[in-house]
Amino acid sequence: MSTPSRHPNLTALVTIARREITRILRIWAQTLVPPAITMTLYFLIFGSLIGARIGDMGGYDYMDFIVPGLVMMAIIQNSYGNISSSFFGAKFGRHIEEMLVSPMPNWVILGGYVAGAVLRGLLVGVIVMCIAMLFTEVRIPHPLITISTVLLGATIFSLAGFINAIFARKFDDVAIVPTFILTPLTYLGGVFYSVKLLPDWAQVLTHANPIFYMVNAFRYGLLNTSDVPIWIAFALMIGFVVVLGGLGLWLLKRGVGLRS
Amino acid sequence: MSQAPALEIHELRKIYAGGVEALKGISLDVQPGDFFALLGPNGAGKSTLIGIVSSLVNASSGSVKVFGVDIARDREAAMRLLGLVPQEVNFNFFEKPFEILCNYAGFYGIPRAEAKICAEQELRRAQLWDKAHTMARTLSGGMKRRLMIARAMMTRPRLLILDEPTAGVDIEIRRGMWRTLKEVNAAGTTVILTTHYLEEAESLCRNLAIIDGGRIIQNGPMKTLLAQLDVEGFLLDIDGDLPNVLPVIDGVEIRAVDGRTLDLAMPRTMNLNRIFANLDTAGIRVRSMRTKTNRLEELFVRMTGNKDEAA
Repeated sequence: MSTPSRHPNLTALVTIARREITRILRIWAQTLVPPAITMTLYFLIFGSLIGARIGDMGGYDYMDFIVPGLVMMAIIQNSYGNISSSFFGAKFGRHIEEMLVSPMPNWVILGGYVAGAVLRGLLVGVIVMCIAMLFTEVRIPHPLITISTVLLGATIFSLAGFINAIFARKFDDVAIVPTFILTPLTYLGGVFYSVKLLPDWAQVLTHANPIFYMVNAFRYGLLNTSDVPIWIAFALMIGFVVVLGGLGLWLLKRGVGLRS
Repeated sequence: MSQAPALEIHELRKIYAGGVEALKGISLDVQPGDFFALLGPNGAGKSTLIGIVSSLVNASSGSVKVFGVDIARDREAAMRLLGLVPQEVNFNFFEKPFEILCNYAGFYGIPRAEAKICAEQELRRAQLWDKAHTMARTLSGGMKRRLMIARAMMTRPRLLILDEPTAGVDIEIRRGMWRTLKEVNAAGTTVILTTHYLEEAESLCRNLAIIDGGRIIQNGPMKTLLAQLDVEGFLLDIDGDLPNVLPVIDGVEIRAVDGRTLDLAMPRTMNLNRIFANLDTAGIRVRSMRTKTNRLEELFVRMTGNKDEAA
């Protein structure tokens, strides 16, 4: 007789996360290799070739300056991409119904998918960090801030990807947000430059970009420098997690895009 | 204290966003241990009803209780009692059957080690153990159906709902699935079945409801409902050729299908001996006899007025 464990919700959450990790590793050529290749090219072209002519940025060698931004960019994009494609795939293939008819509460479904996406973000982050070490010396003077930023950033974009997948009706809908919103925000979020180089109006606009705070918090963790006070970056990141998490749970409760 | 019904539906209504009223106040009880058929033509509301019971569809009004647990008040507890085999294949084609079953058990909080043991048992019972570690997308249609039953049984549900589980599978596999379902029911699981194979419902189920246009139009024991049929049809195979003029028997409709077959429609209350005596007098020797139509099919057609559906 099958009986639930003493912590059925934890077992269910681990099951979803395990399934996500299995999927990530099964299709490693789609999930882990592309960010490694892309980031190697960024380091090579922007860091080594162009960076050598740019000189210092924010008081640091250009290669050192872009490492935190590129690592964070890879984490954000992969967390988002993982959950949006996986959850929408489950909707499209209807195997999401396995979870919807189960006794799992909504927070477990959301938590399991977010855990899987964050783990992919971490995995990709480690890979990109290792690649960065081939180009420059990477130190982590503030490990707690670094890891907290990675976790919060990956969680925020996992939640955003989840909400995207909830509303998506076709695969194009999953691709629209990364193409038209996520990529521009990432490139304009201070990955390749210090915000101080921008005109005043552009600096003000940049402060409305959530990725700007994540990149700077991560840069503080690695380089001890940031364009914004670190506490503001953390307050905003936590705020985003709460708002997006709440929205995700509300959408699940209403059954938007899932239950008719 | 009497046991709560396995399924208790009260005044259930569903109006979809487009304004279509799929269910128009359905009330239905299914008793524990029953093998229950839910029949109806396409678009009658069967899948909507099953969708609401399994929490995939939100009800507009009314209540659903599974073994006394209201799904609106305590969805988690109600879902723990329920197993669903949906009409459409809904597992991940890129996973392996063993993985699919273990993950499904995990969603119900069953520890991995226990899930693995249970998955092997269920895959063996479904005769899929040799396919346990092959990609699910490579399974045949019948195997996919059996896998969905095996998956639903992973949690040992007290109420198992199957929405056309044998659609599109060959007769041998279908009979194997019937055996499995009978075993499951005999072990104490309440089974609710929707099917378009009416002989399947007649041979498996003890009680049935016919739903049409979002309403229950017939509900009760199979035997009682079938007893409502006042006419029965038979086909008689004749030795030798039929005479040019067929005998006339009061209350019986006799028609020649071909030179050696008679089509007979007679009141259920009539004694067959009388008919055979009349045929014998007319020089017609009956070699064999078979029931013309499935009785439940006849009832279904009469109730729903939908002859295409019964075909």
